[in-house]
Amino acid sequence: MDRIPILRMGDLLLVTIQVDMHDRLASALQDDLTGQIAEVSAKGVLIDISSLDIVDSFIGRMLANTSAMARVLGAEAVVVGMQPAVAITLVELGVNLSGVHTALDVEKGVEMLRNRIGFPERDDTDVRF
Amino acid sequence: MSDFETILVAEAKDIVTVRHAVRRQAVKIKLSLVDQTKIVTAASELARNMFVYAGGGEVTLELLEKDVRHGLRAHFVDKGPGIPDIDLALRDGFTTGSGMGLGLGGAKRLVNEFSIESASGKGTHVMITRWR
Repeated sequence: MDRIPILRMGDLLLVTIQVDMHDRLASALQDDLTGQIAEVSAKGVLIDISSLDIVDSFIGRMLANTSAMARVLGAEAVVVGMQPAVAITLVELGVNLSGVHTALDVEKGVEMLRNRIGFPERDDTDVRF
Repeated sequence: MSDFETILVAEAKDIVTVRHAVRRQAVKIKLSLVDQTKIVTAASELARNMFVYAGGGEVTLELLEKDVRHGLRAHFVDKGPGIPDIDLALRDGFTTGSGMGLGLGGAKRLVNEFSIESASGKGTHVMITRWR
């Protein structure tokens, strides 16, 4: 089955969703991310959804769940890059993302995470798929 | 106008196929980006409902022309158990499944026209329309 790659940069995990996810792929990403947070003791998670041209209630719930699970595991999650049309639609649909941190783009998302969790003492960047 | 397209929804990934087909037709009649996003999202919710509660069904897309207006209409037809209480099913937060209970009510808010017919044991027909 397809998987969405998770990149690790020090104590941050970065996910860029570039495909229109079917439901099982979205669920698998939620599980993979939660597992990775615990495995590498990540402090922050950045989920880039700028390529998504829709977010329905299923994907919205996946984003909310992932944020909640990250928090329980001692990490902060930020969803970045939501397109304006997607944001308008989500609000009208009634999806509640009040527990989810959001930022305009990856740069602002990283900044937000750094402000919340601080900077790592050393940089042990490695990329894993 | 005789522009019809039918998509069979039998497995979870067919919901993605429905989204793409609705997007294609919405672009064809030049809906604004926000309106495209709304009807694609509504269709995604309704296709998922059909898959989860009725085990699948059929989506038919239809392009409309009325006076000078263009519209996109989508029919979601299933032969599932039907919805016993439609008013209750349309209420936000009500679900008999594992979702958030936003599918029907949420989809209704995203379109210009919404109708639903359901017969116990026979199935459900939901129709949505978005006008340009």
